[in-house]
Amino acid sequence: MWQSFVDLTHQLIPWFDGGLADILIIVIKGLALIFPLIIMMAYMTYAERKVIGFMQLRIGPNRVGPFGLLQPFADVFKMLFKEVIFPSKSNIYLFLLAPILAFVPAVAVWAVVPLGEDFYIANIDVSLLYVMAIGSVGVYGIVLAGWASNSKYPLLGALRSTALLISYELVIGFVLVTVVMIASSVNLNTVVESQSGGILNWYWIPLFPMMIVFWIGALVETNRAPFDVVEGESEIVGGTHVEYSGMPFALFFMAEYFNMIFMALLAVLMFFGGWHSPFEGIPFLEGLFEFVPDLIWLLFKMSFFLFLYFWIRASFPRFRYDQIMRLCWKVFLPFTIVWIFVVALMTQLGIGPWF
Amino acid sequence: MEFTSILFYVFSLFFVGSSFVMIVSRNTAKAALWLILTFFSAASLWLLLEAEFLAITLILIYVGAVMVLFMFVIKMLDTDQSTLRAQFTRYLPLGIFVSLIVIVQMTLVLNAGPFDLDTVGLPEQHGASYSNITAIAQQLYTVYVYPFELAAILLLIAIIAAITLVHRTQVKSKKQNISEQINVQAKDRMRFASIKKNSTKESK
Repeated sequence: MWQSFVDLTHQLIPWFDGGLADILIIVIKGLALIFPLIIMMAYMTYAERKVIGFMQLRIGPNRVGPFGLLQPFADVFKMLFKEVIFPSKSNIYLFLLAPILAFVPAVAVWAVVPLGEDFYIANIDVSLLYVMAIGSVGVYGIVLAGWASNSKYPLLGALRSTALLISYELVIGFVLVTVVMIASSVNLNTVVESQSGGILNWYWIPLFPMMIVFWIGALVETNRAPFDVVEGESEIVGGTHVEYSGMPFALFFMAEYFNMIFMALLAVLMFFGGWHSPFEGIPFLEGLFEFVPDLIWLLFKMSFFLFLYFWIRASFPRFRYDQIMRLCWKVFLPFTIVWIFVVALMTQLGIGPWF
Repeated sequence: MEFTSILFYVFSLFFVGSSFVMIVSRNTAKAALWLILTFFSAASLWLLLEAEFLAITLILIYVGAVMVLFMFVIKMLDTDQSTLRAQFTRYLPLGIFVSLIVIVQMTLVLNAGPFDLDTVGLPEQHGASYSNITAIAQQLYTVYVYPFELAAILLLIAIIAAITLVHRTQVKSKKQNISEQINVQAKDRMRFASIKKNSTKESK
């Protein structure tokens, strides 16, 4: 059915060798991905407040709608109608460009991720590199927000968090290198395909320490507690977001949640077998869970990682800035480099049960 | 007109336009942002040439790392623009002279023949299944493995040199011994003082 729709668009818009039709189809695919993502993001805020509420023996939002289920929409409308305040002597163009630069990479990164077998917007050969390249562009949102606000706290927050982000990008890059070496591909589709065949074939077993490092790196990259030094309410008021209100602030907020969802997805694709069922190859259970679609498995695994964000946020106090830096450069970096050598040797010599 | 040629002209327009605005821009931060746009347009042009690995590496390294450090420097330095621009026009004749030489050189080289379509020939068009990164890896790790290793060693030497230059003099920064901080005991931080009971009488 989809193929016939594609053909129909090509017949209706035949100009430029069907180039315009291609663009239209990509836009439709993108919208079909972004709308569910926005709903998911809205209900993640609700889930976060509920989960942390229960962990702290509170109820969480329960006034708007049944069980407070309409709370995200109330928040969205509040944000939409709030006044946007520009600090005096701030650079207005850069001030407004900053949230856009934070939000666009958070969405653009979804263009190449596979959500199931043959279920993606684009299947490019270097998709993992694309993910890392576009992910690194997101730093500019924070840099510019701190610089353009013309205020002390945003500048401090931006300075320390940019230093942190570019440091932890190295660690995440090294972790991904180990996965790439085992899968011998930088294509996300191939990485997932190489993990097919049940829960024991996923990379979280041979690369368990790498997965822990990856997840801590993901917490830093998404500015989540206990590493949320960009905001650090108790230290620098609200960090880069201090001067932002209304929709520009909402864009920062959405970018953070999009990044969170994306990092959870990347963890699933890299270490938890993507959309594969955990019961593949197990005689009885495989048939029993045959009916579950790929996407449900993917979302199920992702929601575990999303829950981890909230769990960790409710459990740990905030790290001190120099301790996070020390953790990156003196602990994780040597650790991952040693692991790269180990994994390279094992894959090359064919040692170990999983390589 | 083919669709890829339209894309080529759009990206080239962005490329030339943004690099021009980058040069004439008065605000340092804005100039850096225009340079980032230039990098992105260059990467898109490389994508059209089927060099997707190079294009993405350009974004990953230059936009993701180098320009972030540039922004750092711009933020940290409080540059007074007026003093910088006060004697700007003094160097204009020299600048025009140098750029003229560069333009003449480039026209001479590009028109000399080795870059003609007749000598080089049209590069081979590859299908969608062609893997650019595999081709680069094969060349890099077999034919060019020694130059590759040499470049790596050069970079390593540069890193070591930079670090030794920073630590050449005595380091004056205040360092924290974090393992000492973590292993601190309650008795190191708290001191119990015994105060005499009848001390209240004296205060009266």
